[in-house]
Amino acid sequence: MDSYALLIAATLNAGTVLAIASLGLLINEKAGIVNLGAEGMMLCAAIAGFACVVHTGSDTMGFVAGAATGALMAAVFGGLVVWLNTNQYATGLALTLFGTGFSAFAGINYVQAQIPERPDFAIPYLSDIPLVGPALFHQHPLVYLTVVFALGLIWFLYRTRSGLILRSVGESPESAHALGYPVRWIRMGAIMVGGALCGLAGAYLSIIYTPLWVEGMVAGKGWIALALTTFATWRPARVLLGAYLFGGVTMLQFHLQGVGVEVPSQVLSMLPYLATIVVLAFISRNPRWIRINIPAAMGKPFYPGS
Amino acid sequence: MATPRLELKGITKAFPAVVANSNVSLTVMPGEIHAVLGENGAGKSTLMKIIYGSQMPDAGQILLNGQVMQIRNPKEARANGIGMVFQHFNLFDTMTVAENVWLGLARASLEQVTASIVAKAAEYGLDTDPRRLVHTLSVGERQRVEIIRALLTRPELLILDEPTSVLTPQAVEKLFLVLRKLSSEGCSILYISHKLHEIRELCTACTVLRAGKVTGVCNPKEETNASLSRMMIGAEPPLLEHHECKAGAATMVVKNLSLERDDQFGVDLHEINLRVCAGEVVGIAGVSGNGQKELLYALSGEDTRAPHGSVCMGEADVSGRDPAERRCLGLHFVPEERLGRGAVPTLSLAQNLLLTRTESISMPRCAGGWIRVKELATHAERLIEHFHIKAGGPNSVARSLSGGNLQKYIVAREIDANPKLLIVSQPTWGVDVGAAAQIRGEILRLRDKGCAVLVVSEELDELFEICDRMYVIARGKLSPSIPIAEATVEKIGEWMSGLWSNSAASEAHHA
Amino acid sequence: MHKLKLEARSQPSQMWSYASPVLALVCTVVIGVILFSLLGKDPMKGLQVFFWEPIKSGYAVGELLVKATPLLIIALGLAVCFRSNVWNIGAEGQYILGAVGASGVALMASPSMGGWIVVPVLLAGVLAGMFWAGLTAFLRDRFNANEILVSLMLVYVAVQVLNFLVFGPWKDPLGYNFPQTKTFEAITRIPRLFAGSRVSIGIFFALIGVGVIWIFFFRTRSGFAQQVGGLAPAASRYAGFSSRRALWTALLISGGLAGLAGALEVAGPIGQLTPYVPAGYGFAAIIVAYVGRLHPVGMVFSAVLMSMFYIGGELAQSRLGLPKSLTGVFQGLLLFSLLACDMLVNYRLRWIALGGPK
Repeated sequence: MDSYALLIAATLNAGTVLAIASLGLLINEKAGIVNLGAEGMMLCAAIAGFACVVHTGSDTMGFVAGAATGALMAAVFGGLVVWLNTNQYATGLALTLFGTGFSAFAGINYVQAQIPERPDFAIPYLSDIPLVGPALFHQHPLVYLTVVFALGLIWFLYRTRSGLILRSVGESPESAHALGYPVRWIRMGAIMVGGALCGLAGAYLSIIYTPLWVEGMVAGKGWIALALTTFATWRPARVLLGAYLFGGVTMLQFHLQGVGVEVPSQVLSMLPYLATIVVLAFISRNPRWIRINIPAAMGKPFYPGS
Repeated sequence: MATPRLELKGITKAFPAVVANSNVSLTVMPGEIHAVLGENGAGKSTLMKIIYGSQMPDAGQILLNGQVMQIRNPKEARANGIGMVFQHFNLFDTMTVAENVWLGLARASLEQVTASIVAKAAEYGLDTDPRRLVHTLSVGERQRVEIIRALLTRPELLILDEPTSVLTPQAVEKLFLVLRKLSSEGCSILYISHKLHEIRELCTACTVLRAGKVTGVCNPKEETNASLSRMMIGAEPPLLEHHECKAGAATMVVKNLSLERDDQFGVDLHEINLRVCAGEVVGIAGVSGNGQKELLYALSGEDTRAPHGSVCMGEADVSGRDPAERRCLGLHFVPEERLGRGAVPTLSLAQNLLLTRTESISMPRCAGGWIRVKELATHAERLIEHFHIKAGGPNSVARSLSGGNLQKYIVAREIDANPKLLIVSQPTWGVDVGAAAQIRGEILRLRDKGCAVLVVSEELDELFEICDRMYVIARGKLSPSIPIAEATVEKIGEWMSGLWSNSAASEAHHA
Repeated sequence: MHKLKLEARSQPSQMWSYASPVLALVCTVVIGVILFSLLGKDPMKGLQVFFWEPIKSGYAVGELLVKATPLLIIALGLAVCFRSNVWNIGAEGQYILGAVGASGVALMASPSMGGWIVVPVLLAGVLAGMFWAGLTAFLRDRFNANEILVSLMLVYVAVQVLNFLVFGPWKDPLGYNFPQTKTFEAITRIPRLFAGSRVSIGIFFALIGVGVIWIFFFRTRSGFAQQVGGLAPAASRYAGFSSRRALWTALLISGGLAGLAGALEVAGPIGQLTPYVPAGYGFAAIIVAYVGRLHPVGMVFSAVLMSMFYIGGELAQSRLGLPKSLTGVFQGLLLFSLLACDMLVNYRLRWIALGGPK
């Protein structure tokens, strides 16, 4: 039974990485922006955060460094996409290609590096409950903060005027512009926030989750986070659910290996990617369902006055 | 004399290719309904965008109630009592009416906004449910949302850009009542239009624009259509040559075509019956968004889901055939959107021929055939010359042409193919008067040569001018056909709201 | 006060469509020089390593072409995809599968067979690449699944397929337990052009591909239809060009070409299947395609350039003690600069006076 509690705990842990990144990408997409650079931002943030912890010993500084790296890279992306009107897909791809190369380049001296042992995270009393305690209450504070953030995002998007404005920009930037909203600045803001969250996710990965630096360690999590927004039909609560589900699939592969199931390890390693493909196909199969939920201007450029 | 509500002095605005406004001055008094008249491309919309703050003038002054103003964006315009109802609505499909209105207002809460929508709607008879999603509304209802949104900012000056192009004649009358009530309450109205009779009926002052310059200021009630037209285009509208209609055999017959919408935001078609014969121009009138798009796609072949036997050309059942196959049978189609559907914006005029023409293709089996580049260019050159199209040559890209010239090119491309049936959607939408007259002339000449022509248009005047017979489409249903001699604006207007009797159906069956 | 403003051109600038990749390269070089200086290396040495060393001898040029060949072959296919607005970014996976397919046939060959065996080896690579890309096409066509994500996910799956084979069934029993297959029989190896260089006949495939793709794009109606689908999907529907056909065509061509590149690589320079077959060519080819303007001839130049980056990266490691991953940094920078510079093709930069009417 204990192993199941640990599986759930590990699932939450792995799901948090995906959830933070995916919620960030969701904010982008609600403003009509698709950033295929998620993988690159997460990689650079992972090494930035990790290096920061190695040098300062402070996790918080690591998270800040990761988020700042993500936001900075997103700003470059945003500058090109929002102000120079470049193709969002190509620019995002460039960001990922650059980030993959740059993180490997910058991280070359940190491959063997260790970061200090950290205390066990546990919520007093709650964590002592049998089964439930180890499963749910032995997590890093960011795991809980992510849930809180998702709830906050729901409130922001659907209950506040600012959220409505953000969605209007993703729905029809032309109309939002005609009503006098600064569409490009709003998009830029959304891109930076999204980048910071992807960065935070990358930093969480290298500082808490693994915790070490390996070249290419994000291993497609940025892309899975992108797929999750479609999976969730652009609803924050479903993003969270999907993230834990995929975290579970990732963990299942280790669990099965641990239990000694007779399947080649490579086949198990395929699981998260295959699951993404299957789920994507399943969710997308009804174009109408997608059409009614997708921010209408997603991926489309906007340049006022043309 | 009272202070004018709005005064423009020497407004000039130039774009890279064109001077949109050159030294334009205009004065609107409080409570006045002031028309800005001009044909497409005369610079009306740019002028309104300048007043509303979405464009900055290169030179000139704007005075509001005697004060010089700098209006830098629409928010400032609204704060200064200027409201605007756009021609292309600035609404968000997946949001509710209340949310849409809320986005156009400075503060307040959603609850307050909902309450004030209901109040305004009652006050002006603009029936609207604030909780409905915008994509479920008809075009007329959407305009009401735009108007309410503008009214809630308590404007002293309301700008309406071509507001009647989306309305039935009866709905136009209702709109005029609202506008007169507003004017009597002291609100000034700037009314943009190119429809002379509307301006003469509604407005008490008028500024006429031609090619960016003011060519006349007058009281339209004292003018005639002819005199207004002279100010607007410098001449009286060119007359069309009409010959008697000699309708031949049916070229296309549509029988009981019902089609569920393909798109969440679309319209279902219900039991459409339609017949177009050789040598006649048949029109389909209707307010946009009533199924025109869906019907056109089913006829052109872009939508091949039509049930077996419902769309026939001569003996051939074409309901399942794609546009290229229908083209082989002589069906050519001029779509409503010029850039992006009728032509690829970034490709040259010559290359754009390849969308629907195959004359310059040889070896038709391998990889779709070999493109003979020289012949293609010659072909394009020929069209440009014959139809007097202003273009840099066959290699200029489609998007570098003006709207009128590109439309002429697309119409030329299809007419030049000697079609048996030509379907044209909005033949002169957004096109200057000269080009419009030329296009209508070409359509009539094609008819006289024995081609069947189907014209779908929202401009009733245009349909009355060129059609021999007319249908009306409303909520995805098609009315019986009515010969043009029996059609009146009132009758067609009623039909546009879906109110046609079934007795009319039997009597019109002979057509 | 002044402000920089973008102004749309009515016609795209011919001059800038050629000049923009050059300007992008200049920008990349400038950033590279700054980066070298920051790392305390002599920038001139860095430039020499990247731009002079790879062309200073016949052998070096040969190595340059060895790397440029797969890049060009893959990029040709990607150009078909990108021009049709099909975002196949999983060429790396199709390349891997091509290598796997070719290896499957090559491992079955015996030394007694004739030279004809090379044909089925390459064909197997092409078919395997097409199959892998076909999965993406099928999921897009049948289930509307986003091809960007599916093709990319399939890269990770392809890597695991490769690993499974070399760690498992195909492992060379005499290979001291290294995860690799036995070395292919000499008879299955791609013929080389001349002794003393590793350049193989693969380069002919690449050049023939350039010609064929050029004709396809600019002289056939199918190629035209394919591109209209990318430029204006509504116009494509209006004309009656099938979008499904365009999707399948694009993915099968690019999958087949990526597979061919993989086959040429394992049966050529590498000579066996190892976990190190994926060298990022599939991703670098995306940059090749863009920097070459998606034009077959342009991509010849960009493929050579990208190959220089690869070789320069390796030399930077051995000569300057810099990590090899520098290559990836410069590749990314080049694409970034290109995207920014490309704005000049469609827009004109103008300083305009602010402060409204005077």
